[in-house]
Amino acid sequence: MTTAVAAIDFELLGRIFPRVLVDGILLGFVYSLIALGYTMVYGVLEFINFAHSEIFMVGAFIGAEVLLILQAARVLAASPPLLSLLASVLAAGVIAGLLAVTIERVAYRPLRGAPRLVPLISAIGVSFFLQDLVRMIWALHRNAFYLTYPPIEVFNQRFPAGAYALWGGAAAVAIAAIGWLMRRAGRGVARARFESLSMLPKYTSIALGIVSVGLLILDPNRVLTVPVKSLVVIGASLLVLSVLVYVVNQTKLGMAIRAVAEDQATASLMGVNVNQIISVTFLIGGLMGGIAGALFGLQFGTVNPYSGFIPGLKAFTAAVLGGIGNIPGAMLGGLVLGVLEALAGSYLSLISGGAFGAEYKDIFAFSVLILILIFRPRGLLGEVVREKL
Amino acid sequence: MMSKSWGHVVMAVLVALSLTVPLGLTDAMGAAASHGTVKIATQSPLSGGQSVLGVGIKDGATLGVEQAQAALARAGWRVLVVPFDDQAKPDVGVANAKRIVADREILGVVGHLNSGVAIPSSEVYKDANLVMVSPANTNPKITDRGYKNVNRIVGRDDVQGPVGAQFAKSQGAKSVYIIHDKTAYGQGVAEFFRDDARKLGLTIAGFEGTEEKSSFDAIITPIEAKNPDLIYFGGIYDQAAVFFKQVRERGIKAKFLGPDGMDSPELPKIAGNAVVGMHYTTVAGPAAFYPEAKTFAANFKAKFGRDPEPFAAQAFDSARIIIAAIENVSRRGRPDRASVAAAVRNTKNWKGVTGTISFDGRGDLAKAKYFVINIVSADPAKWGSNKLVRGIDVGPGSR
Amino acid sequence: MTNGAAPAASSTRRSAIPPAAWALIALAYLAVSAWSSVRLPNSLFAFLFFLSSLFLLYYAPVATVLRVVLGAVALLLLMPVIGASNAFYLEVATQVGIFVALALGLNIVVGLAGLLDLGYVAFFAVGAYLWAVMGSAQATVAFGIAPLASWWFFPFLVLSVVAAGVAGVMLGLPVLRLRGDYLAIVTLGFGEVIRVLANNLDKPINFTNGPQGISPVGRPPLFFLDAWNRWLAGMGRAPWEESAVYPFVFYFLVIAVVAVVILVTHRVEDSHVGRAWTAIREDEAAAVTMGIPLVRMKLLAFATGASFAGVMGMLFASKQYFINPESFTFMESIGVLAMVILGGMGNIPGAILGASLVTILNLQVLKDLSIWLNGLRQAGTIVTLPIIGSYNLASLPAQLEPAKYERMVFGVILILMMIFRPQGILPSRRRARELHDVAAAGEVATNA
Repeated sequence: MTTAVAAIDFELLGRIFPRVLVDGILLGFVYSLIALGYTMVYGVLEFINFAHSEIFMVGAFIGAEVLLILQAARVLAASPPLLSLLASVLAAGVIAGLLAVTIERVAYRPLRGAPRLVPLISAIGVSFFLQDLVRMIWALHRNAFYLTYPPIEVFNQRFPAGAYALWGGAAAVAIAAIGWLMRRAGRGVARARFESLSMLPKYTSIALGIVSVGLLILDPNRVLTVPVKSLVVIGASLLVLSVLVYVVNQTKLGMAIRAVAEDQATASLMGVNVNQIISVTFLIGGLMGGIAGALFGLQFGTVNPYSGFIPGLKAFTAAVLGGIGNIPGAMLGGLVLGVLEALAGSYLSLISGGAFGAEYKDIFAFSVLILILIFRPRGLLGEVVREKL
Repeated sequence: MMSKSWGHVVMAVLVALSLTVPLGLTDAMGAAASHGTVKIATQSPLSGGQSVLGVGIKDGATLGVEQAQAALARAGWRVLVVPFDDQAKPDVGVANAKRIVADREILGVVGHLNSGVAIPSSEVYKDANLVMVSPANTNPKITDRGYKNVNRIVGRDDVQGPVGAQFAKSQGAKSVYIIHDKTAYGQGVAEFFRDDARKLGLTIAGFEGTEEKSSFDAIITPIEAKNPDLIYFGGIYDQAAVFFKQVRERGIKAKFLGPDGMDSPELPKIAGNAVVGMHYTTVAGPAAFYPEAKTFAANFKAKFGRDPEPFAAQAFDSARIIIAAIENVSRRGRPDRASVAAAVRNTKNWKGVTGTISFDGRGDLAKAKYFVINIVSADPAKWGSNKLVRGIDVGPGSR
Repeated sequence: MTNGAAPAASSTRRSAIPPAAWALIALAYLAVSAWSSVRLPNSLFAFLFFLSSLFLLYYAPVATVLRVVLGAVALLLLMPVIGASNAFYLEVATQVGIFVALALGLNIVVGLAGLLDLGYVAFFAVGAYLWAVMGSAQATVAFGIAPLASWWFFPFLVLSVVAAGVAGVMLGLPVLRLRGDYLAIVTLGFGEVIRVLANNLDKPINFTNGPQGISPVGRPPLFFLDAWNRWLAGMGRAPWEESAVYPFVFYFLVIAVVAVVILVTHRVEDSHVGRAWTAIREDEAAAVTMGIPLVRMKLLAFATGASFAGVMGMLFASKQYFINPESFTFMESIGVLAMVILGGMGNIPGAILGASLVTILNLQVLKDLSIWLNGLRQAGTIVTLPIIGSYNLASLPAQLEPAKYERMVFGVILILMMIFRPQGILPSRRRARELHDVAAAGEVATNA
């Protein structure tokens, strides 16, 4: 084989750079959305829920099923696309959430006191079971291995990223204004509650603002087209992130969750119903997994009973990268991983003249992961615990 | 103490197990040796991500056996199918192969999907003279070993790739971008496509492998920059469909071409309009031109309720070739493995749904007819009306 | 196998049956089971009966000498005889051996030193590829040298141990500071990196031949076969075929390696190194203050565990005749981990039992079950159940083909085993006690 080392075309590399970065960010939000579910459960139980991939996959199946039913009933084309999407995503989230609670009840709760590897193996058993169960159900139901999302044209349309950025920026300002109004409006008894609730628009507007500015910097000339469905994923990720941060940090439930995460025995002595809180945690985690699954299916068009595995693994990596158990960390980890993969996938082949291609992107991503963990053993945003000696 | 009481439990279990030996004596699991039964085993992944193709192979073979049953029943034989799940893992495949070999009633194997499983497993079949007809393994190594019992009714990578390259040139493509799925099948066929395309004077704008199944954006960006005339995808339809769809969404106008892994109505189902007008190469004739192929597709759908996957038609033919051989041999008495293997190898001008089949001395198709097929509609139901663009007769390729 | 949980306990056991009778029972059990396995070469139960006799032997309160002698007879004599009547059983036994060694290796890393390794199969791949590349025509492609002669097989047994050990240290060095799940993800990444490398190093220089794999992989020389066949010819008998002899050769090689692995594990476990590992597992900070060289001990654990996998990888490659990256996926690592935990973490007999059970379950029991069900289906058996009524299995839809759902059943078994026996089937005594305490503590906590 001739290994012709062609001169590297730097002009080309530079030209495609904004595109690569945008692709990376879009992919990163997909990973983030799944990683949030991982990290939520981990944060409370310190346990890698390997079955999260399958919860995600079930969500994707339910999401497709809802859309297919709507399509069969000839409602899909007639109804507003956002409404169909909402129905599909919510159904996916609810069923996946209930499934997660059931799994916890059946396969994890009896193992609460066992060494940490025991629920891990149990989770793998759940994975095997769910994969083939879903395959069996949809083989009987539709005689299908793949479920394909019926196309909703609006979501496949593409607009320049820069244009979105302007809209996103405007939305961020508007949401911030709502938050400000909420803070002002609350008076008297309801004030405290209003004040804490106003954190939700605050978080959302900050996150949205950052993303919008980023997109604007990357695409000042408004040439990089981005499909609407990617924007839906970005919006959902930011919303989920804001809600999670809000729930965990500002609500009573969040306090209970944090207490259980800190010390189960003590939390229980303080009157927290540990089992209930853990169930709620799984419900939230499953809900997010299901939402992520349905949006993933919408984004890429098709799912099969085994297609949760790879995204799950990537999201797990992202969660660890960001500092597992840390909610903004999961978001950051997903973005970093997405960008790394896009950089490697697009550039490796061009730089090495075809000798090392896109197939090395996972190696590249993992090498960076190891490097990051060497310098920050608890991930990017993980708290640095001083060794007690 | 835990371990002590546990020791007693173990003992109790062992004693209980020993009580099951009478069960073993009546031989509950083993083959009930009734006269007049022969079996054909299938080996393919029936679980895991590749199971969709593996199940297609199993079902294709099952249908083949069912339809050929009548001929053998007249001769006094009952044929059973024994499906094995090789999990796409070589170690499992070899263990299954040993078990298959141990069952004297099994006279032929239809399998495998993965060359990585087929090669070590066929070493086992070889030692027992058990015939294997592969519906899917395109790796040249399968037959290059020159075993008397190993055959395949699928084209070799080194034939299909070049056929594709010739077609690409005839379409006026000047530069091609090649993507493959990093499997033995996809990469193999893509490499042969690349080598021949280069020989024919086409520019190779890029050659890239990926295991990615959903997000191809990172790979598409260099394609967009290089702006090739044609994109060749060496792989299977599920991955290809998502890829093609994303390529079109990015506004790239290049033509698409692929190998027989594209041959499934799921391709337009997933990719929609993106794949309309693309071409693929295959040995299975399009249903519109080949009545046998049409009948097969209809029968398959009637029995299993879905369209046949790629390689299902090949599995159907593989099973029927083995049965035809058994039938031939059984006229001279109880068929044994060696004579069935010899009879399969002697298959000449046998009419199947994937063409007229003759094996050469190595077990390759002596002459394969390749079709280039044009996808005409985004509607999966119209898969059968895809257009035949051309048929090319080619020999088994050179080493 | 003189030490271990149960025999020690058995010496104190007040058994109604005298040891001499036990010896007879064990002997009889072994003999009957072996005989039935040979006579009924297709009976699963007979073979399971034989395998169970090995565990009866292990637990029966008989003299150590007798136990060792009978065990050796069963493994070195009876098993090959059974294998001669049904080659499948020999294959199962060989694969059990391979996975026993893997489980014991991972047991050192995970069970003894407490370092969660999700990429263990990487070391298996290192050993496999080392020999596959050097001992096949791939050597010419990759390095422009002639393939090594078959006698190199034996030096490479040592070399694969070294190579995998070095790989273990290479993995260990960057991750020394990581704990728990951070370690898990990095090892997982390492496993994937090795597989992706194997899948992609066919360019720019073709080392591994990528997804096409390497075949034929060199096999060990059969020094004795020529002489033996001449002798057979002299006796007027047919000569032995090479291909018929190799399964036995690999079986004995695997048994030999497993024996060495067990011996090493056993010696290490009770040495200062083993105690250091346990200390690290229990409390790293305390271990350091007690003067345990943390870095060296962790690296040693990685290297030791890896080396077992390396040598087995080499045997696997040679036995399989062909390897490609599909054999070294993440699921394989998970499979070995499941064996260790199912059997009982940190315990040699536990790891052996776990590996045997999972392998036999996957290769044999679940397959038999699905073949049996499939047979019933094809025969159109009518099942009569109370309430539901009779149902002709032939009308079962094709989607419910039993062979498709073996993995699902395996998943359920994993869950049930973990729920009902979280400490593993044969836990180490320390682990069992701990779990008991923790569970009791947990009980208190949740009841409060």
